[in-house]
Amino acid sequence: MLDAFAQFFRDLAADAPRWNFIFFYSEKQAGMVLSGLWMTIQLAAACLLFSVAIGIAGAAMQGAHSRLLRALVAGYIQFFRNTPPFVQLLFFYFALGRLTPTYSPDGWLEVPIVSNVGWAIISLSFFAGAFNVEIFRAGVEAVPKSTQEAAHSLGFTRLQTYRYIVLPLALRVSIPALNNNLVNLVKTTTQAFVIAVPELLYESITIWNDYPSAQNPMMLVLFVIYLALVGLVVMGMNRWERAMRIPGYGG
Amino acid sequence: MPKAIPGLTAAARTDLPVLHSHKALYAAASPIGFSRWLAGLPLWFPLMLAAAAAVWPLTAGAQSGSGESIAGAFETLLRWIPFLLFDGFTFTVLIGAATMLVGTLLGVFLGLGQISIHPAIAKLSYFLTQIFRNSPWLVLLFIVMLSFPFELNIGGLIIPVPDWIKAVIGLSLPIMANISEIVRGAVNSVPSAQWEAAESLAFTRQQTLWRIVLPQCIKRMIPPWMNWYAILTMATPIVSILGVEEVLNLTRQAIEAENNRPVLLIPFYSFVLLIFFLYCYPIARWTVRLERRFAVKL
Amino acid sequence: MNGNGWTPDRPIVSLKDVHKSFGSLQVLKGISLDVMKGEVVCIIGPSGSGKSTLIRCINALNDIQQGSITVEGQEVHDPKLDKLALRKKVGMVFQQYNLFPHKTALQNVMMAPLLVLKRNREEVERRARALLAKVRLQGKEDSYPGELSGGQQQRVAIARSLAMNPGVMLFDEVTAALDPETVKEVLVTIKELAGEGMTCILVTHEMGFARELADRIYFTDKGVIVEHGPPATFFDRAKDPRTREFLSQIL
Repeated sequence: MLDAFAQFFRDLAADAPRWNFIFFYSEKQAGMVLSGLWMTIQLAAACLLFSVAIGIAGAAMQGAHSRLLRALVAGYIQFFRNTPPFVQLLFFYFALGRLTPTYSPDGWLEVPIVSNVGWAIISLSFFAGAFNVEIFRAGVEAVPKSTQEAAHSLGFTRLQTYRYIVLPLALRVSIPALNNNLVNLVKTTTQAFVIAVPELLYESITIWNDYPSAQNPMMLVLFVIYLALVGLVVMGMNRWERAMRIPGYGG
Repeated sequence: MPKAIPGLTAAARTDLPVLHSHKALYAAASPIGFSRWLAGLPLWFPLMLAAAAAVWPLTAGAQSGSGESIAGAFETLLRWIPFLLFDGFTFTVLIGAATMLVGTLLGVFLGLGQISIHPAIAKLSYFLTQIFRNSPWLVLLFIVMLSFPFELNIGGLIIPVPDWIKAVIGLSLPIMANISEIVRGAVNSVPSAQWEAAESLAFTRQQTLWRIVLPQCIKRMIPPWMNWYAILTMATPIVSILGVEEVLNLTRQAIEAENNRPVLLIPFYSFVLLIFFLYCYPIARWTVRLERRFAVKL
Repeated sequence: MNGNGWTPDRPIVSLKDVHKSFGSLQVLKGISLDVMKGEVVCIIGPSGSGKSTLIRCINALNDIQQGSITVEGQEVHDPKLDKLALRKKVGMVFQQYNLFPHKTALQNVMMAPLLVLKRNREEVERRARALLAKVRLQGKEDSYPGELSGGQQQRVAIARSLAMNPGVMLFDEVTAALDPETVKEVLVTIKELAGEGMTCILVTHEMGFARELADRIYFTDKGVIVEHGPPATFFDRAKDPRTREFLSQIL
């Protein structure tokens, strides 16, 4: 079955020289696409998690009593939302990366403790996280003070009120905006290309540089994969939104 | 006893504000959210960037042990500023304007296609809009870069297609899709009573659209349109990957020409951030003001 | 019992010369009142007379500038006070119900005993079901607040407060947001509670209810207590002209 599949594309490549789906019959290129896809998924998943965590923590810090803490969060948001993520990646990797300590696993090579993948995750998480802070803050503001008072009057501590009442309600309100931002994050992972993170776009470009005949098929597949990834995120978020819907509220 | 008891024999009615209106959220989801946020930035922000640029060479110098002075780094930057500004950033602005022009023309067509009464046209327009809205910009750029010829042969006349034109085409695709959504949203925001009123006056659909509906919502489209211009401007640095000589690319070249001294990294990149900020900030302020003014009229 | 010498023959709630202002706006200007265990006290008065603020101060939801409030002999506005201990003694029901919209009726009742009192889950659930039955909401355990009518929601809120086993219940205009036909079901519930000997402090506009149920009525206007007494004397032989004017307007 798989053999027939590979044979079909091998024949196609022979017949139509511009439609060489090399990654469907050559193990090496198939491996490159898969490893690129896996890297993209890892990158997106890690950034998704960290950025949501940053968003929740930042929104909580914005409600803090300390002025310094609030100013820090405000400064963070302003810096990361105002600068193009593309320049942020360059900044983190080339400027900050130069200042981080290195270690030497074999006594010869000096390896920085944060790899380019690490910097991509840090940079993109902080980028998306800055938007998430704003999104969650708006969500927290949508929870009426009186509901929190009810929790206080039942003896809930501040932390319990946040954890069990404010956050679950704020999350529900935030889902649509969060959805937009996470889709944007998945799209932005491609920009990690600029610091040579071997994600899907990077691997694809390597393939089409090696095999110009594979350009068209590669683009097609690239398109389909990204649409599928974005579709997955949207579907997952919609399902989550439905599951989180509170019976009796909202249309 | 036919009396309905809410929650028992009839649907429950709850009109109490259990969750506040989601208005606050529009800060993130509104069509001009980006501009509104950018316009809300305090003026000290660019000063902070400048301060960072001033402090960095100190630490970087100490780190690398080169001992180069801040003054030296800034003197270098000063020498390059005219080049970066007039060659680099002007080109960035040009790319942005051209992209916006192409994207808007295509986007208006696509948007009107989305509200077409022919299901085939509506479906196709919707499909195209969704594809280009949801694809990564960089992927679109690469695809256009590779699949477009480097020269066009029109009846023996050979017209070269420079990289920056390809970049404009690549960037205008997502802009097109988002303008398409703006058009669709604006037309849908006109109350259906307007359509019915026009229909009762025997207007054709075309007449209703061009004479009644579009004039009403054209103002509503301007602020989100400007918002997309700001987003686009912030995204243009990615075309430097493709070798287009816009400001980021020239900055990198300038640093290379100065022997890649690490002390230069932050002043130069901060300068790039600063000009982007200074360019986009007034646009954002203007957008918010326009939106407010139009909102009152509607 | 609690080490500060409070015995049931002393007032369970005692206010002495309480002053409260919001900024420059003085809301309470020297309020004193005592409530004995098992008493039902109604506070009435024109809107803006500080009734709700008064009742919220007893639960430490608002702080006071001057005077003292004690519950079971314990000073409420002592900065060293353990607010949680106070809130275990005092239950509060709000005008807007303030149920947690993302939790079912049963979960709303169970949350505080589980999280705050750290009771055993089975015991809590058994008691919660019994409380919901007591407020006549059998069969509604798994409904969300949004699926219940106002009167039903308010009864869940009462059950939720009772689950903490409070010594005093505060009712802050609990029927003001209800449809006329559902007011009665809530009043019946409160009446049953009072009949069982629960100490109740009510801010209310239901004069008929106050007259029938209250042991004493307090009339407040412009931040002071104008007049108080048992319902019969209060409604039929009010001495102060302000009281008489208020009563003539609403009766």
